[in-house]
Amino acid sequence: MDETLAEFFRRTILKIPMTEMMTILKTWNFLSENQLQTVNFRQRKESIVQDLVLLCEENRASLNDAAHLDIIYTQFHRHQKIWDVFQMSKAPGDDIDLFDMEQFKSSFKKILQRALKNVTVSFRDAEENSVWIRIAWGTQYKKPNQYKPAYVVYYSQTPYAFTSSSRLKSNLPLLGQSFETHNCTTSLQEGSLGLNINMDSRIIHENKVEKERVQRVTQEIFGDYPQPRLEFAQYKLETKFKSDLNGGILAEREEPLRCLVKFSSPHLLEALKSLAPAGIADAPLSPLLTCIPNKGKNYFKIRDK
Amino acid sequence: MSALRPLDKLPGLNTATILLVGTEDALLQQLADSMLKADCTSELKVHLARSLPLPCSVNRPRIDLIVFVVNLHSKLSLQSVEESLCHLDAAFFLGKVAFLATGAGRDSHCSIHRNTVVKLAHTYRSPLLFCDLEIEDFRAAMAQRLVRLLQICAGHVPGVSALNLLSLMRGSENPSLEDL
Repeated sequence: MDETLAEFFRRTILKIPMTEMMTILKTWNFLSENQLQTVNFRQRKESIVQDLVLLCEENRASLNDAAHLDIIYTQFHRHQKIWDVFQMSKAPGDDIDLFDMEQFKSSFKKILQRALKNVTVSFRDAEENSVWIRIAWGTQYKKPNQYKPAYVVYYSQTPYAFTSSSRLKSNLPLLGQSFETHNCTTSLQEGSLGLNINMDSRIIHENKVEKERVQRVTQEIFGDYPQPRLEFAQYKLETKFKSDLNGGILAEREEPLRCLVKFSSPHLLEALKSLAPAGIADAPLSPLLTCIPNKGKNYFKIRDK
Repeated sequence: MSALRPLDKLPGLNTATILLVGTEDALLQQLADSMLKADCTSELKVHLARSLPLPCSVNRPRIDLIVFVVNLHSKLSLQSVEESLCHLDAAFFLGKVAFLATGAGRDSHCSIHRNTVVKLAHTYRSPLLFCDLEIEDFRAAMAQRLVRLLQICAGHVPGVSALNLLSLMRGSENPSLEDL
């Protein structure tokens, strides 16, 4: 195996966190059970990686195998990338083409390779008739840079393709072109978009506008992805007593009251996120609660200004 | 701002419409689903609202029965119901309003005392029902009961009107209300 390829293997495997190592290697299915058993996974990570690279050399791993491993790693870490979505539209008058995955893959590869001499294209099939395409870009004189590939995820039964941000933005039109010959007009399957329409038309939501506003505000504040797992938040209050009622024993008191409020939950931030949609609290929530991820702390001291 | 009136629209043919008002959308949705699964000869329609007044923009049929759902675990739900009651025409309280309190089964979670809702229902001269909506069997039974109530309020049961029903229910369910 040449040095650059070995180095690429080493760096790709080194990226994988130890907690995911076995799962990813098994998904990759390039090294056999027996081979994996010969590796001592209790060593330091660098030594484990070295052993694994040696095994890859024994199996005469190719660039293609490395690309597959890279795709699998990215599939596990898809949330770490930023994705753009493209929708393909059919020109009026075109016939419906029957889609064949293998034909798509081979012609996609050919188109790219014809245009750019130096490009590495790899495919991996995934759930729901989708295919992950990894493209490493080179130039006319330089070999493809394996460390900055672009990814395209194409769901073949839909007109949508997702691309991860590619450093070489000039290659986008080329990608678009290779899709032009393969667009699909079959209607979207509801399952793949995760639609949650209330199918029963006998139930009418009077406050639909308000519900949508709450969803929007919640999404703006908390985002779409799962929240970081937090188990409690603690607020120490040293504020003067405030009351709507006139008078009362505590209203005249000058010293601040000391009070500790603790919120605990198996998954506090998800619980806070679901408060407004569930109707238990108004949206937007108090910034004291929503600032936790931004400020990166869950102990607060609140004093009068 | 439209206050809801019970008789300002013509009824639909064999149609009965119920309006469920409550802050916790998930509970209302589940109750609505259970009601639609219940046996019923009339065409049912269920409207769900967080509070009154309702937005003007929706084109809605005549409302035959309004059920205010209070979650005993949530002070906000009671407060929202109390505020909504101001926006209801007095004529509705002649048998076309009911209160439903949920959550009484988990006493440690209740932040509203049972008597608070009893007093509220008494003030508005309307029946109060208790049901833990989170438990499927109880919810199904309550849904069947509400469907029957709704049919009477819509005039689909010959010989019984909403007002008749109100006096019947008052007599058997709340004997000690006068003592409160």
